[in-house]
Amino acid sequence: MSFGLSLWLSFFAVAVLVLVALFGVEAAHLNYLFGVIIPYAAFAIFIVGIIYRFLKWAARPVPFRIPTTAGQGKSLPWIKQNKIDNPSTALGAFVRMIFEVLLFRSLFRNTRTELRGPILSYASAKWLWIAALAFHYSFLIILIRHLRLFIEPVPFLVKTVEKLDSFFQIHLLGAPLLYITNVALLAAVTYLLLRRVVIPTLRYISLPADYFPLFLILSIGITGALMRYFYKVNVVGIKELAMGLINFSPKIPEGIGVLFYIHLFLVSTLFAYFPFSKLTHMVGVFLSPTRNLANNNRAVRHVNPWNYPVKVHTYEEYEDEFREFMKDAGIPVEKE
Amino acid sequence: MAVQKPEELSKIDYKPPKTSWMDTPAELRKDMFCWGNKEKSLKTVGFPNARAWSVADEDWKLPENWKEIFLEGLKERLSKYRSFQLFMDICVRCGACADKCHFFIGGGDPKNMPVLRAELLRSIYRNYFTTSGKMLGKVAGARELTYNVLKELWYYAYQCTECRRCSLFCPYGIDTAEVTILVRELLNLLGLNIEWIAGPVANCWRTGNHMGLLPHTLRDTVDSFQADLETITGVKVDYSFNRKGAEILFVNPSGEFFDPVGNITFMGYMLLFHEIGLDVTLSTYVSEGGNFGFFTSNEMAKRLHSKVYAEAKRLKVKWIIGGECGHMWRVWHQYHNTWYGPVDFLKEPVSPITGTKFENAKSNKIVHICEFTADLIKHGKIKLDPSRNDNYKVTLHDSCNVSRGMGMLEEPRDIIKSVCNNFYEMPPNTIRENTFCCGSGSGLNASENMELRMRGGLPRANAVNYVRDKFGVNTLANICQIDRAALQALMNYWAPDVVVRGVHELVGNALVLKGEKERTTDLRGEPLPGKEAK
Repeated sequence: MSFGLSLWLSFFAVAVLVLVALFGVEAAHLNYLFGVIIPYAAFAIFIVGIIYRFLKWAARPVPFRIPTTAGQGKSLPWIKQNKIDNPSTALGAFVRMIFEVLLFRSLFRNTRTELRGPILSYASAKWLWIAALAFHYSFLIILIRHLRLFIEPVPFLVKTVEKLDSFFQIHLLGAPLLYITNVALLAAVTYLLLRRVVIPTLRYISLPADYFPLFLILSIGITGALMRYFYKVNVVGIKELAMGLINFSPKIPEGIGVLFYIHLFLVSTLFAYFPFSKLTHMVGVFLSPTRNLANNNRAVRHVNPWNYPVKVHTYEEYEDEFREFMKDAGIPVEKE
Repeated sequence: MAVQKPEELSKIDYKPPKTSWMDTPAELRKDMFCWGNKEKSLKTVGFPNARAWSVADEDWKLPENWKEIFLEGLKERLSKYRSFQLFMDICVRCGACADKCHFFIGGGDPKNMPVLRAELLRSIYRNYFTTSGKMLGKVAGARELTYNVLKELWYYAYQCTECRRCSLFCPYGIDTAEVTILVRELLNLLGLNIEWIAGPVANCWRTGNHMGLLPHTLRDTVDSFQADLETITGVKVDYSFNRKGAEILFVNPSGEFFDPVGNITFMGYMLLFHEIGLDVTLSTYVSEGGNFGFFTSNEMAKRLHSKVYAEAKRLKVKWIIGGECGHMWRVWHQYHNTWYGPVDFLKEPVSPITGTKFENAKSNKIVHICEFTADLIKHGKIKLDPSRNDNYKVTLHDSCNVSRGMGMLEEPRDIIKSVCNNFYEMPPNTIRENTFCCGSGSGLNASENMELRMRGGLPRANAVNYVRDKFGVNTLANICQIDRAALQALMNYWAPDVVVRGVHELVGNALVLKGEKERTTDLRGEPLPGKEAK
């Protein structure tokens, strides 16, 4: 599939989602469908799907201990081991995973290879790492902030996060306090999208499955920001709906505004799409055998559950074939 | 060598074609692939669908149900390897791996970007094993397995040296080596191997080594080393084959018996073992530590490597020392113990000279020669005269497998710094865990694919050039027999005047033997510093 087709197909898919919600609520008045049924269904698909995926991976055996070693291994006592990048204990592997999952350590290694004349150079290239961190942490903080809609009274943690997130006290054109994460998320997603479009090799490897989630998340971010900063929606009503959903007594309050329904439908789509997509890397990364295993197979034997005996060319067969040669060469044999 | 000149080859276009990769059929280009396997090679080890075939032919004489075989094999492996299933599912195509592959850097073929190399298979996986792929086809990144797609898989599976550099940079640790290993397994179900791998595998099965050296040839070879060493040092070193009751079995890559550069490394071991009076034996039955079976299938790797422990058991040795080799050490470090263990018939390795316990090898009982030698040097058990290596300005090429599949980085450096006075590191992005492949690993060190090799070796050679121009480096040390066989050709092409030497060649030069005569030449017979003919 060509680059243009992949990109536009993904864009239009998201555009269609927006229109579906718009008409579904404005024209067909399917508020209950978009406000209650679809969110419930999407969340159920997300939970069941993610658990299914996790169990499917976890059920697969790990036949070999194959960590990618990224530093000096445990060796002679006076040689300093790199305990994080080449762990020899389960604890070390745990620490390595913490670095990987929370700080994206492998991505931090990224370099950019350049060829000038016949000379290769490897420049530091941290933008992907920065954007990835900004994207994932903004997303997390925004999720935490959304908890205020589901919990009454609003927990201290949520309030603290909100305070920190609006640390700079910026009011955009008289709008409510600007959240840093809103800007960071939109900027990071835009960067991640643009690099796929601009860098030729990335454009070449990108699939609709790469553009679609980016457009989807971008749209979620934009609709969210629009609601907060520009088009006032009925927040009290939204909280009523959210509390209803969480207490399994859903009801649709009046006057929430279609923008909210579009936002919610996009979020629902993201949740439902999640388990079937590359986004499952969120779970998969924890199971990656090149990262989560200690590099100690010479000291502690790793067991392969499906190990089976194999046919080996035995010494006896070898000697039977070459006995005379061996004897002539003065090499000891078992049978004279 | 039919390869164009370096100035031409280093003009690389990284711009991908206009058509998308699925719509760009692979062109199987001569000089980039190795010859297909001979029928005999696969038959010797009882592989399925053994037949003669030629890569250049339109018809690869596949079995009728080839597609079924491939897909069944894929399904089976997805269920047996968590790594494989995971790596098929979670790639986000972030592209961090793209410019980390030596073949992409040196060739610019987008299908050599690790991400795309894996997508070649992922697209098939999606088509047959995922709901979205079955329903949406191309939109979901899925494609059918056709004859041409199979050829493409073959072509690119043999343009990956399983060096794992990409896996270092992957945020999820996706390891292309793992994917390539399993794709090669699948291709082997269809009798599609390369002779440069299948031949050595068959040799190793029957004769105990890749080179096909028979017992008496091995004896003659090592005898000639013995004679050379006596000429050079005045000392007659002992050695033995298949000696029962020796304390240690020594296993090395058989290329060291055959390749001139490897020969000298082996002579270095001989001098060392003699000097410290090590109770060690060689074996003709296990005259190979390398394992081209590993480049074929995990089962074949196990079939070949099981001989090592079987022989250790038969000879009743206490433990094993392994020579300088790259993939052999990935196999020993990450696989062998799992295949064969528990290794309870051997003793936990303890150096008889220093008393050091090799705790890191207490379960599999195999110690790397560099660990062993570094320990000797640390304890001052051998006398060294590094000035004998003063003609050499040395840099070290870290072997991929030893760096990223084991993590032995300091030991060879410790040794080199003790036996040489002039050691210079290549730039940090090209050594240690970041090391670049020689371009010929995983069984691709044939001659018919020389362009591929020179392209793949470009990043390594470039880094050597850097220290050659900056510090006058003239010696590329390494601890891998494929390196020794492959890097010299690479240096001759990209970095003339740089000579490739095993670390234990340098040890052998510097080692002061008890009762040796005044040495005038190094182990290659070249004059030592200050001993040049006037």
